[in-house]
Amino acid sequence: MNGSSIWEAVSGIVRRDLLLAMRRRSDAAMSVFFLVIVASLFPLGVGPEPAVLRTIGPGVLWVAALLACLLSLNRVFTADYLDGVLEQMVLIPQPLPVLVVGKVLAHWVISGLPVVLLSPLLGLQFGLSGESLGVLVSSLLLGTPTLSMIGAIGAALVLGVRGSGLLVALLVLPLYVPVLIFGAGAVTSSMAGIGGEANLSLLGACLVLSLFLAPWATAAALRIALE
Amino acid sequence: MLQAVALGCSRGERRLFSDLNVKVDRGTLLAVVGENGSGKTSLLRIFSSLLPPEQGLVLWEGQDIQQLKELYSGQLTYIGHLNGIKDDLTPLENLMSSMSLAGEPCSTNGAREALEAIGLKRPIHHLPSKVLSQGQKRRVALARLWLSTRPLWLLDEPFTSLDTAATGVVTQRLHTHLQGGGLAVVVTHQEVALPAETVQRLRLTG
Repeated sequence: MNGSSIWEAVSGIVRRDLLLAMRRRSDAAMSVFFLVIVASLFPLGVGPEPAVLRTIGPGVLWVAALLACLLSLNRVFTADYLDGVLEQMVLIPQPLPVLVVGKVLAHWVISGLPVVLLSPLLGLQFGLSGESLGVLVSSLLLGTPTLSMIGAIGAALVLGVRGSGLLVALLVLPLYVPVLIFGAGAVTSSMAGIGGEANLSLLGACLVLSLFLAPWATAAALRIALE
Repeated sequence: MLQAVALGCSRGERRLFSDLNVKVDRGTLLAVVGENGSGKTSLLRIFSSLLPPEQGLVLWEGQDIQQLKELYSGQLTYIGHLNGIKDDLTPLENLMSSMSLAGEPCSTNGAREALEAIGLKRPIHHLPSKVLSQGQKRRVALARLWLSTRPLWLLDEPFTSLDTAATGVVTQRLHTHLQGGGLAVVVTHQEVALPAETVQRLRLTG
C-alpha cells in the first residue's frame, strides 16, 4: 500500500460519483434549488425592510444551506448499498476511511460547492455588504465540508433502516448546531464591525476535527451496516 | 491456500453452522451447496471478510484474514448476489470503474475484450445498464473475472439468470483460473461442470 495507489482510489471514487451526478442532474440540482427557494421566500414573507432583512440574513442563509445539505445526505451511501457497489468498495485493498473521504469529497462537490458559489447572490437579497458577503462565502467554504463529514456518519449509521430520512436528521442536527452558530455568527459579527475572524477560526477547527474523526466513525458504521 | 478453522455462524437466534473445517488448495474449487437459508452466502461473506466470524478463524496462507485486512482484500475478487453495477453507467464504464476501484485498473480495450468474452457485443457496451436484462447485467458483473489477476475468487450464485452458453463460458474461465494456480469458492445450486478432481463439495445443512 503506497501513497499513489491511495490517491488513485480516492480520485477513482470521486470521478465515478461526479460522472453519476452528471447522469442524474436533477438529483444534484435539488438541494441547490431548495436553497434558492428558501432564501428567496424569506424576503418576500418578512417584507422589504432593509434593517430587518440584514439582521435575519446570515441566520436564514446558514439554516437554508444546512437544510440543503441534510436533504442530500441520504444519497451518499444508499444507492451504493442497494446495488451492491458498497460491498465492492469495502473490499478494495485500501483502508476504508480513505474511501469515505472520497465519497464525502464527491458529496461536497455535488451539493456543498454550488451552495458556496451561489451564496453571494442570495446574500444580496438580504442587503449584505460586500465585506459581509466575503465572510459569508468563507464561512460556508469552511462550514459545508464539515456538514458533509458529520452527515456521512449519520448516513452510514441509518443504512438499511426504514424511514432513514427522518432518522438521519435527528442524528446529525444536534451535531450541526455548533457549525451553524459559528457560521452565522461570523457573518453577524463582521456586520457589527468586529470582524468574523474568531468565528471563522472556530469553523476551521471544527473542519479539522471532523476531517480527523468522521472518516473513522463512518467506516465503522459502514462495516456494521454490511454485516 | 484458504482454510476455515472451527468456523461458527448464527443469524439472530438461528444457528447456521458450527465447527466447520474446510481447506481449499490452489488449483481447486470449493462448491458450497445447500438449501435456501442454510448459510451459504453467510459463509462466503465470512470468507470475503465482510462478515466477521462469530467463532473460529479464516486463514489465508496460514494467516488470520482479520489481521491481514487490506492485504487480504488485495488477494480476492468477490462477486456477490448483488451485481454491484450502476444503472446510470454503461457496461464499459461499470467494468472499468469497478476494476480501478479494486486496484486493478484496465484499458478501454481490455474492458471491451472482457465484455466480448462473456458474450456482450459491442453495441451493448454503450447502452445505460438500466436497459439491460438481468442476465446481461450478471454478465457485466462477471466480466471482471476476465480481467482479475487475483488468486482467490469468491462467487455467490454466479450462474443465476445466465443462459447455457454464458454458463459454459464462465465455467471455462473458472477452469483456466484453477489451472493457473488460482482457487475459488462458489456458492451454487447447479453442478459445476469441472473435472471432478478439482472440485470439492461442501454441503451446508442449516
